Order: sequence, then C-alpha cells, then structure tokens
Amino acid sequence: MRLRVAAGGPAALKVLAAAGAAAAPVRLRPLAPLSPPWVPVLELDSGTVLFSPNAICQFFFLARGEEPTDLTNQWLEWEATELQPAASAALYAQLVHGKKGLEAAEALGKLLAHIEQNLSRRGTAYLAGNTESVADVVVWGTLFPVLRDETSLPSELQALRTWFRSMTLSEACRKAADSVLMPKALLEFKAYLQKQPPPCLAVEKATSNEPEEEEGSERALTEEEITAAVDAWARGAAALPKPWQPQKPVLPVEGMRNVLITSALPYVNNVPHLGNIIGCVLSADTFARYCRLRNWNTLYVCGTDEYGTATETKAVEEGLTPQEICNKYNAIHADIYRWFDISFDYFGRTTTPYQTTIAQDIFQRLLARGFLLQDTVEQLRCEDCQRFLADRFVEGTCPFCSYEEARGDQCDKCGKLINAVELKNPQCKLCRGVPVVKPTQHLFLDLPKLEERLEPWLEQSWATGDWTANARYITRSWIRDGLKPRCITRDLKWGTPVPLDGFRDKVFYVWFDAPIGYLSITANYTDQWERWWKNPQQVELYNFMAKDNVPFHSVIFPCSLLGADDNYTLVNHLIATEYLNYEDGKFSKSRGVGVFGDMAKDTGIPADIWRFYLLYLRPEGQDSAFSWSDLMLKNNSELLNNLGNFINRAGMFVCKFFGGTVPNMVLTPDDKRLLARVTLELRQYHQLLEKVRIRDALRCILSISRHGNQYIQVNEPWKRIKGDEKDRQRAGTVTGVAVNMASMLAVLLQPYMPSISLAIQGQLCIPPDCFVLSHDFTCTLPPGHRVGTVSPLFQKLENDQVEALRKRFGGGQPEDLAVAPQARQTPAASEPPPAPATLMAPGDPQLIQKLTEEVAKQGNHVRQLKANKAEKAQVDTEVAKLLELKKQLALAEGKNPEVPVPKGKRKK
Amino acid sequence: VPVLQTNNGPGLTGLTTIAAHLVKQAKKDQLLGRTAEEKAVVQQWLEYRVTRVDGGSSKEDTRIILKDLNIHLEDKVYFAGNIFTLADILMYYGLHHVMVDLTVQEKEQYLNVSRWFNHIQHYPGVRQHLPNVIFIKNRLYTNAH
Repeated sequence: MRLRVAAGGPAALKVLAAAGAAAAPVRLRPLAPLSPPWVPVLELDSGTVLFSPNAICQFFFLARGEEPTDLTNQWLEWEATELQPAASAALYAQLVHGKKGLEAAEALGKLLAHIEQNLSRRGTAYLAGNTESVADVVVWGTLFPVLRDETSLPSELQALRTWFRSMTLSEACRKAADSVLMPKALLEFKAYLQKQPPPCLAVEKATSNEPEEEEGSERALTEEEITAAVDAWARGAAALPKPWQPQKPVLPVEGMRNVLITSALPYVNNVPHLGNIIGCVLSADTFARYCRLRNWNTLYVCGTDEYGTATETKAVEEGLTPQEICNKYNAIHADIYRWFDISFDYFGRTTTPYQTTIAQDIFQRLLARGFLLQDTVEQLRCEDCQRFLADRFVEGTCPFCSYEEARGDQCDKCGKLINAVELKNPQCKLCRGVPVVKPTQHLFLDLPKLEERLEPWLEQSWATGDWTANARYITRSWIRDGLKPRCITRDLKWGTPVPLDGFRDKVFYVWFDAPIGYLSITANYTDQWERWWKNPQQVELYNFMAKDNVPFHSVIFPCSLLGADDNYTLVNHLIATEYLNYEDGKFSKSRGVGVFGDMAKDTGIPADIWRFYLLYLRPEGQDSAFSWSDLMLKNNSELLNNLGNFINRAGMFVCKFFGGTVPNMVLTPDDKRLLARVTLELRQYHQLLEKVRIRDALRCILSISRHGNQYIQVNEPWKRIKGDEKDRQRAGTVTGVAVNMASMLAVLLQPYMPSISLAIQGQLCIPPDCFVLSHDFTCTLPPGHRVGTVSPLFQKLENDQVEALRKRFGGGQPEDLAVAPQARQTPAASEPPPAPATLMAPGDPQLIQKLTEEVAKQGNHVRQLKANKAEKAQVDTEVAKLLELKKQLALAEGKNPEVPVPKGKRKK
Repeated sequence: VPVLQTNNGPGLTGLTTIAAHLVKQAKKDQLLGRTAEEKAVVQQWLEYRVTRVDGGSSKEDTRIILKDLNIHLEDKVYFAGNIFTLADILMYYGLHHVMVDLTVQEKEQYLNVSRWFNHIQHYPGVRQHLPNVIFIKNRLYTNAH
C-alpha cells in the first residue's frame, strides 16, 4: 500500500505516527502537487483509496489486529467533530496571525480539559486504557502541531501533560514529527493556510426557508446613481408618462411600438393543463400586460385550435358532431382562461369562415407560385367504412416497442412517431375492421424549394429578435437534418376543405391550417386584420409556445407565408418554454397526469397565487417541476412573509401612525441609497422583461420587497413614532418611502398578479395615472396623499390543506379527472359523459382499503357527534360526508352506488 | 450530540460511536465491515457523515458533497462497495433532508446518489419514520395532439 502525504500538512503527522506505531508496511509517496485539501491519501493494494486521516490510522491498527472499541470510536469521533476544527483554528491563529502558542491554544481550553478529565477519572495511562491505541495517536497528532511540547499546557492539566509527553517521546511519534514538522514544512503550510478563508468555529446557522442572497448581487452603488435616483424620486408622478389607452379595436399606430402577441392555440379536445397554461397563454399574458404598462400598442390574440383528427375521433366517442365538441370545449377553455385572468384582446377559434378564406388564399398563392407538390402515398383504408384512415383512426401494435394500443401517428408508450402503415395488426378505430394499404394522392409543401427564402429571413430574424435558445437550437437542427416536402392534406372531413379538383374530399392538415388561425382569429376581431398581419414594417410579432411547437412556427408556417409572398408579418421573437413536470410517485399510463386548469379553481387557492407560482417556476431555460409542498412554501415565504408583509406594514404604518395620510419625508443618505438600490432592481426588471425572461424578472419584485422589509426592520418606525420630534420625523420618512415602494410594487406586480395589484391600488388609493411603468422610482404618493383601508393580501397555506390537495390531485385517479376529456379514451361510443368516479379503476385493493378505513372513521365520528348531541347542522354535514364516502367505496368495489336517502329527508 | 446511557460505565457520546455500539450489541457486526479494509472504509464514511455532511451548511457545501458522492458511487452499489453497511444507513439519514429538497433536475444530475438513496430507502427497516423521497417523474403535459 502507498501512503501519499504532503510535506507540512498537519494531518500527515497522525497517519505517519500511526503507521509507525502499528508497524504498517507502507511506501511513502509525495502527494501530487496542488492537491488542495492537504490531506494524506492511502492507496491500498486492492485499489481502494482512503482519504480520511482517522480512517487511515484506524486501518493501520486494524491490519495489526487491533479492533476498534467503543472508547476508541468515541475518541475518534470526538477528535473529528470537536478537536479537529478547534485545532485548525488555533493553528491558523498561530501561523497566519502570529499568535503565540498558549494564546492560540486558549480556544482549545475546554477540549483540553475534556481530555484531562477523562484521563484522570479513569486513571489510565492512555486515552482508551492502559495501552496505546489508535485514539492516542489521532488525538496527539492533532494537538502536536499546535502545542509542540507539553510546557505550553497549563500546569493544572497534570494528567494531560504526562500523557502528551510520553506520546511525544514515543519512537513512532518522534519520527513522524521529525519528518513532517520541520520548520520549513510548516512555513509551506502557512503559505497554504494564508490562501484559505479562516476556519470558523461552531457557526450555528439559523435555518431559514428564505433563499439565500446570491453573492455579489449587492454591487456597490456609485454617487452618480444615488444622485440620479434622488432626482428622479423628487420629480414625482408628474414625470411619469401618461398611461395610453388604445382605441378599440387595437390597430397599429404610426410612430408607436406595435406589439402583436400570440399564444400557441390550445387544442380544443383537451382541458388545458397547468403546463399548457404556463407554456403559452399565461406567459404571453404576463408579457402582454407588461407591454401595455410600457405604453406599447399591444394586441394579444389566441383561440382554440379546432380542426383535425383528434376532434373527429372525440366526436365519434362522445356521440356528438365535431362542431358540438368544439363548442363545448371552446367554452371550457374560455372559462378557464377567464378564471386565470388572461387578458386576451380577443379569444377566438379556428372554425370560422375567415379561416377558410385565408387558408385557401394562402394555399392558392402557394399553388400559383409552384411551391406545392403532388405525390402518391400508401395509406390504410377501411373498406367497411369506405374511407382512408387518418392517423388517429387507426390503432395497432407499435413496431418499436410492441405496445398494443399505439395510435397511427405516435405510440403512447414509447413516444416514438409512427408511420401508420408500419403498425402491426392495424385496426380501424371506428369499426374494428382490418384496413388495407391503398395508394392515395396528397399535396405537399415544397420545403426544400422554400429553403432559399427561409434561410435569409431566419438569419435576419435571429440577428434582430429575441428567440429563446431552445427555439434557435430546434430550428437549426431541423434545417440541418434537411427539409423534406411536407404533406399538407388529410383524409378527413373536419377541416378546411382543399379547394382543388381531385382533392375536394380532403382537408388541410392541422399544422398547415392551425397557425393560419392567428390571422383568422384577428380577422374575426377586426376587419382591418391585415394592418397587423401584412405589415412587417410597423408590427413586431411575438409567438409564445412550448418547445414542441417550435418547428411549426419557425420553419413550416414561415415557409407557407414566405411562399405565399404577400408581405406577411413574420415572427420576430419566438419565445418557447421547456416542460413543466409533475413530481409524484404514482405513474399513470393514460395521458393527462397532473393538474388541469378547471381543477385549479376547485383547490380554493386564488387564481393570482396560481399565476404567481406557475410564473415563479416558469420552465425558462430548463425544465422545472411542480410540487405541492413547494407551492405552499413559496406562498408562505415569498408572498405572505416577504411581499405581503412589506406592503401591508407600509400601508398599516400610514394608517396607524399618521391617520391615513402619507407623512413628510426628509431623506437621509441611507434612504437615498435605498432609492438607488430599488432603481437598480427596477432597471433589472425591465431588462429581463424586455428579453421576455418572465421568471427572472419576478425575482426582482421579490428582491425589492426584501429590501423594503429590511429597511423597515432596521429603522423601526413603530418605536421611533413614540420618540422625540426627530425620531417621529424619521418614522415619517421611513413610512413614506416604504409606502411609495409598495405603490411601485403594485405596478410591477400587475403583469404577474393582476387582482393583487388591483387590491393594492385600492388599499393605497394609487391614482390610475400612476399605473404605468417607467425606468425610475418616483414618489407617486406624496406627503398629504390619503390611503384607504389596508388589509392583508395573502393567506397562509396550511400543511393539511396542501397534503389534502396532493392526495386529491397527486396520485391515482382523482375524481375530478373524470371531467378531463382526455383522461381515458374509452371505446364506448355513445355513452353519456362518464359520471364522476366511474374512472376509478374498479377493484383497486389499495383504494378499497383506504375508503373502507375512511368510512369506518367517518362512521365513528358521526356516532360520536350524535352521542354528544351535537348540533343538527353539523351532524347533517358529517352524515353527507359519510354517504359520499360510502358511494365512492361502492364504486371502487364495482358495485352500483345505490345511495340510501338520508333519513332526515324521509321524515318530513 | 446524542448520548447513550448504558447500564455499565459512563455512557457513550457521539452518533457514530453509539451506532457502532448498537450494531455490535445486536450482533450485526457485518454492518461494520468484515475485513480490515471494509472496516476502515465504513469508518471513513461514518466520519464523513459527522464532519462533512453534518458540518456543511451552505448550498455550495451541499453541492460539493453531492458531486463527490456521485463520483464515489459511480461504480459502487453501497458506500463500502458491494456490502450494505452502517455507512449506508447513517449517510441515508444524514442526506435525507438534502434529497427531499432536490429538484427533478438535480436528482438527475446526481444520478448515482439518487440511485443509491432510492435503493437504501427501500432497504428493509431503514426508512422508519422518514418520508419516502420520490425519484420518478411524470411529465405534466405534452402538447402533442
């Protein structure tokens, strides 16, 4: 075995001494230079490497047959956790600060006394008995570099002095000390120590849930910055631009920044998930609100994407027409987005006459310019149904993973894209017949030919616009892999008809059609839609989406528009998110695991809290994960304790101490620095949001309120208000500055939490003219301004509440999932929408057991109430709960849930 | 620092000391390693637990610890190689509060630590009252349609 030690390293001492004492056959090797921790390493012949000095010492003694005892273990642990840190600090004090032996050893006092006590109480010569053990070598090895000889020990530590001297004189220790601790070696070690931060002793850090301030975030302020911030503050609300109210409908205005924002169109046969919501509509909404606050002329449109095979199959399943399905889900979507306070200027849909007109126009222009190709495709045809089967109308065994219910376009199990004709054992989804492969004609968009137009446009858009890194990357890899002609027609009925002979029974493929929805939805909003969509000179277009939609927006749709050659507005800024994951143990195969938009409402957590949390973990740059406990944590720490606490305190001080009137302010240098600090955060907020870094900008808001809390905490206005004239003036200044910070926070928050922002506006009576964003922090609530009634903005989320939600939405099949249409595609065609709870897998033993227990528990509870003659209303509620549980249990057991009529009702 | 009051003697102080004592009492000596080498390795990780894992306080300390452990566990099932020892148990308890707070991405980043941790928490009798840490992730949504 080879022992590598660094010359001068104090830890080398004990291992060398131990090797000597245990007569271990080691070969010494120098430590590789630049081994930073300066600790010895023992390489065993087996290849195992020991890096802990105590374990190395232990090993030498073990190899000689000396087993560790409770006592040696205890000494070794004590040495590692208590003595070692103190000895290092003492050594540092000696070598770096030049303190003398005894002085430096003072810190060791208690520990030395501990050794003394043990030795004298046991009356043994050595630490763990009457013979030398590993414990003696280890403790001596740590003490020796600090003490050097026993004379530096206080004389009352008699037993320790004796032990220490006999150790130092032992051959192994003496040799080790001679070889390691030559003065020169210690100097070398000193050089190393000087580069290290001083060792800190027993730092008891308070645990906190607050995120630690990032180092270096507190950069020094310059005098100019402070002066500028004070000037801006003094200019007051008059310096703010007037909030601009656009005419309705919003149309581009010459000389203004005209921002057109789209969110990827949610597909109509799904209830949107939290992931959909943060991925597009909510992100786009936050940005749109920001743009409006900047006085940019902004139009935000979205709508449901309604054509396509999924709608048609869904309609067949539910026994409705495709249009009925679309109507139903369009209303569900609109409801959910209304609840989430999404500020669309217009929320439309793709099944409108404008969609047909515009899509067919683009098609005709592409055809006329020779950008469409015709080709024969081998496709599955069901002879019974007399139709070619579009991807979703066929199921079969996946050719890659042999999953038996793979769809014609994609396998749900392995996720691979499938060409429908490659499915093994294909089946027609409608009649379960076996389809045959037949040739059929289709139209293709000639992407290779369009590439020469695409490339220069992309280059220009990337140079001038903000595309997220993933959008650029995905686009680049698509083009690198080579563009191929892409089929734009499908054998379906539910879609925009292809206006060309020979194709009249076909419709446009949804991905040719869907992005055209942006145009047609705008057309339904205003007949002057072309002023937005054929106006690249005046309009800046932002597309928001999740990353899986990137190629359609960066390659295919731009190619369609470039080929159609009609001065279309093409995307300038493509903002793509990564994925939001749901972290939970239960794996559910069916698609649609997680929390859906309509359920968020049922949680009882306000929409603004959802908005905050989703934006706080917006998958910006990398995937993120939704977690219930984290939601609670962020609500309680960031919103309640930080933001809400600050705004509430600032407002309360004005009410309680100054009768609701903002007091006079006399700024001190500290206040001025705070103004500059807040201005820096504000500028950072703008910088980030201009680059659509929504999540990062939210951190700036929280940072400002953290500064605010600190400011209040340090200045203690609640104490000073009781003091002399000067103290009261100080309390006034601090309160005035704080309430103005709160006023600005209300504006900064508006894109994120519109209702909370409105609530603050109401409480502090912020003039509507101040609801505009500038780059300066100004005094918008001047002395004399009257505030309204101040009340708390946020509520604490309790552990029980969140645990209950986790259980309800987290695992298994929560009852509410039943309303999620995509939870399970049951073949039962014309059944009415399934009643809640029928989706629970019948016979799930875990569920049955859980419910049985709950029924028993609730039953006992009811009996208890009745026995105690509880109020009737209370008993009734508990009985209702019991009945509901029994019903769920019956369903879980696969029985017919015959709910007995509650007794109370029968009586009267 | 825990103290164990025994029937004879002044009692024992220190987490690893007490743990090793109880292991011997229970006649599960194999948990302390069988050979001299294994014993030294177990000792080393017990020491690591009480000095590095318990001593680390900053996020940066935690990151370094996870990074080092991830490298160590790259080619090992357990801390001492192929046998389950007291080192695994005490490291499990020491790291639990760290693992609970990791994001999905971090769990993937420290894949070997995650794999080891998940293994240990399912080892019979180890987890006791601590909550199970989840290592599976489900995608909340995909936009495919």
